[in-house]
Amino acid sequence: MLHTPLYPQHLALKCRLIPFGEWEMPLHYGSQLEEHHAVRTQAGLFDVSHMMITDLFGKDSEAFLRHLLANDVAKLKPGQALYTCLLNDKAGILDDAIVYFLDDNNYRLISNAGTRNKIQAWLQSQQHTYAVSLQTRHDLAILALQGPASFSLLQSMGLSSLTPETLPSFHVAPFQSGLMARTGYTGELGVEFMLPFAQAHALWEQFIQRGIQPCGLGARDTLRLEMGYSLYGQDMDETTTPFESNLTWTVSLTPDRSFIGKEALEKQRQAGVPRKLIGLILQEQGIPRAHYPVFLGEEKVGEVTSGTFSPSLNKGIALARVDTALTPDNTSLPYAIKIREQAFPATRFRPPFYRSTGVIK
Amino acid sequence: MNIPKNLRYTASHEWVREETDGTLTVGITDHAQCLLGDVVFVELPPLKKHIEAGKEASVVESVKAAADVYSPVSGEVIATNPALNDNPALINTSPYQEGWIFQIRPENNTVNALMDADAYAATT
Repeated sequence: MLHTPLYPQHLALKCRLIPFGEWEMPLHYGSQLEEHHAVRTQAGLFDVSHMMITDLFGKDSEAFLRHLLANDVAKLKPGQALYTCLLNDKAGILDDAIVYFLDDNNYRLISNAGTRNKIQAWLQSQQHTYAVSLQTRHDLAILALQGPASFSLLQSMGLSSLTPETLPSFHVAPFQSGLMARTGYTGELGVEFMLPFAQAHALWEQFIQRGIQPCGLGARDTLRLEMGYSLYGQDMDETTTPFESNLTWTVSLTPDRSFIGKEALEKQRQAGVPRKLIGLILQEQGIPRAHYPVFLGEEKVGEVTSGTFSPSLNKGIALARVDTALTPDNTSLPYAIKIREQAFPATRFRPPFYRSTGVIK
Repeated sequence: MNIPKNLRYTASHEWVREETDGTLTVGITDHAQCLLGDVVFVELPPLKKHIEAGKEASVVESVKAAADVYSPVSGEVIATNPALNDNPALINTSPYQEGWIFQIRPENNTVNALMDADAYAATT
């Protein structure tokens, strides 16, 4: 199994480990509920070094990314980032990623751990005649500090004088010999650090000594699902398009640009999108899980892609992929999720399921 | 791992306590709650339901997963733990006391066929 450079730190904190693709990662450090609440009320620290970092250099790096990504990097100024999908010819989602525009002819792409080999091969196969060089950064770790107190902690610890105003959402700034970005997967105020191993170790220790709660993939999953954020491989994959995954907002279909999957997307838009991803909240106690069937009235209309117990709402929540034709927006029929052969009434709800409380100064 | 000497155990990580009136109290072991993580919901069996040894009697759900609780013996459910409705985490904090799940009146005396603490400890 693969381990991040912070593996010894996780063992020292007696975390429970789980396999995650080829990786062995922290699930929790005692209680994933406490970790969840720490991020919602104060701050939590995540090691997400399993994510893949690819740096792109060269005069065609912008053109290459405009060809490759469903969102358009031409929107970005240096120091800004955006969320995007990488599509195949059929507009199936190969992966989702965040791309940072660092400097002229220099971008950084952060994609998922589970798709590492596939994406590396895909990027190389699409290079063609583009004057772009690709570098997978095996020398960097990624830490995420997330929660309403994250910026005030950085200030009081003397680590950064940046504020939520001077580092707006989806902006990136230098930090030590790496970067600090206003991104994350929790819906809270927070930053992600991309640093050489030694600096990441030292920063992790500083945060832990300060009493910041370490958090595992368990809390990461409940936090992201409360925000309605899709997880690659679960809520979307190569068999679904961004339109079918509630990610229409990440697709830039401007006429001045062609990109891989654009034609298929335009076709789907004209023909109609056959499936959609919706949010559901259970009205009674119960926990929806992936693949549980979803009903509208008596008819099965789809299935849960991600479901969990929402620690913030104290309710079961789910993302579900349903048949568009069977689920009109103005229906008066009730939704239900079948859990162990019993129908649990559910309310359709447009995510986010939970809204962050903001900033602790 | 906490494995009280006075209880009986199953291979599927339930514990059983024989009460003075011959009824049995059932819960899941410290080992089981530790594997599950934070318990957030417990589906209790209906009262008076007849359940068969080795069949699903209840479901304990953590954030991570749903786990069936199997009845260690055959018999009738005579009580369920009402405290679990409001505070399912009792299964994490007190798996052998406050976190008990259901009580059963056994139809035959098979409880002694279950594992004792030493035998269970050897399996975990």
